[in-house]
Amino acid sequence: MVEEIGSTAAGDIIINVGPQHPATHGVLHLVITINGETIQKVEPHLGYIHRSIEKMCESLTYRQFIYVTSRMDYLSSHINNHACALCVEKGLQIEVPSRAQVIRVLMDELTRIASHELWWGAMAMDLGAFTPFFHAFREREAINDIMEETCGARLTMNYMVPGGVMQDIHPNFQRRVKEFIALFKSKVNEYNELVTGNIIFQNRMKGVGNLSAADAISFGCTGPTARGSGVSCDIRKLYPYEIYETLNFEEILETGGDSFARYMVRVREMSQSISIIEQLIDNIPEGDFQAKTKAVLKLPKGEFYQRVETARGEFGVYMVSEGGTTPYRIKYRSPGFSNLSALDHMARGSKLGDLVAMMGTLDLVIPDIDR
Amino acid sequence: MFILKYIKEVFSGLQSLAVGLRRTLYYFSHHKEIITQQYPDNRDTLVFPDRFKGEVVMVHDDNNEHACTGCTACELACPNATIKIITKFDITPEGKKKKAIDKFVYHLELCTMCNLCVVACPTDAIKMAQTFEHSVFNRAELTKVLNKPDSKIREGVE
Repeated sequence: MVEEIGSTAAGDIIINVGPQHPATHGVLHLVITINGETIQKVEPHLGYIHRSIEKMCESLTYRQFIYVTSRMDYLSSHINNHACALCVEKGLQIEVPSRAQVIRVLMDELTRIASHELWWGAMAMDLGAFTPFFHAFREREAINDIMEETCGARLTMNYMVPGGVMQDIHPNFQRRVKEFIALFKSKVNEYNELVTGNIIFQNRMKGVGNLSAADAISFGCTGPTARGSGVSCDIRKLYPYEIYETLNFEEILETGGDSFARYMVRVREMSQSISIIEQLIDNIPEGDFQAKTKAVLKLPKGEFYQRVETARGEFGVYMVSEGGTTPYRIKYRSPGFSNLSALDHMARGSKLGDLVAMMGTLDLVIPDIDR
Repeated sequence: MFILKYIKEVFSGLQSLAVGLRRTLYYFSHHKEIITQQYPDNRDTLVFPDRFKGEVVMVHDDNNEHACTGCTACELACPNATIKIITKFDITPEGKKKKAIDKFVYHLELCTMCNLCVVACPTDAIKMAQTFEHSVFNRAELTKVLNKPDSKIREGVE
């Protein structure tokens, strides 16, 4: 990917975007070739936070490897764990109790809101508005409190286990979630007042970072990045898992293909997630929260694949089993890596100042890209 | 008409700024909606949920007795080799040899608070504590022995 410095045309300057220090977490290093202020080329340099998670998982048992996936896309940790648990259940052919399924979907959607919430704040901060960050974190804090009460942690919960969930929901869970829904609904209008309707914000987003539907498909973009270009790719609709096919929700599609379209997809997705939670929160069935499983899990020989929709796009777990207690090989398909690959195409020919707007709307989580 | 459109855009832009600014002014004058916690100052009133995963501890009762049989289920369940159980053989009053724990070594610096050991324990001997301020000056202090000195296994726990 790296070309010789001598190959640039006359008048081109190469600059580095992104601070590098081993102690900073999740840093992205972009080597940009510019001519004046026009971007000629963007080269992402990866590997700063590579922890060889896939290799690590080969030495962990089917119960143990799930917690590691929280450390990839740490903002959708529940959904990552969910994919792994589903993959193991597919291999073992375990029937998950309906109570566990509902709890899992509730947790997934809460995580999705929390993730979009953080993205919204960080996105506005990238464009120079500092206040929205605090507004977003106020609502995100309410979700984190719910997670802390039920799962025992705020970010890396490790709540999904093969066969169900680790613990039953906290007695306060339903009340707290309803309080959060009321809080979110009363505050969501502020988002549009503060940021969406703002003329400076709109001018910086509209027509910036155009990605056509064909390009989105050819770069392998998924999630809100592709849906902003009008590509229907919601795994919850196309390949429903758990109870998603029984739920009533919309797949958000925008046809603009620019940064503003991707922004609107995420903002509107938050309301869809709220609607899913509202459908489920009063209808959590009674019963077990975990299916009976053997103490030592052994998957039959074969290959298993499970895909889910995280807050960033399609997350896939591909697992090869040799019949032992640990997987022979695990491959993760992370949404961030494919979405990042479209950045060079989007940025070519645009101005340097627009690059942050493009990067912001891709919603990059760097540990997810590097793994 | 370019000029008319331009003037219209200027006014709609100003209006959108005013809408955002009104929200900012609202919070400027409504201090009660501020939710910031003054962390080191509110240590005494901080309440953590009882499921919060801070650190693994062993439950001891008033007689300095625990429920750990030394079965190493937690050691096997741990993904990071955080737990190391060193066993010894006690001589029971009947003269039989019985396996018991000598040291339950817990490496806090390796622990990721995944809760798998607590779930794996058949006798509920260990649990998660709500402590969270784990900073120390010396790394060796993070290696802990969880069973208290002279503690022994509770009667009837197998």
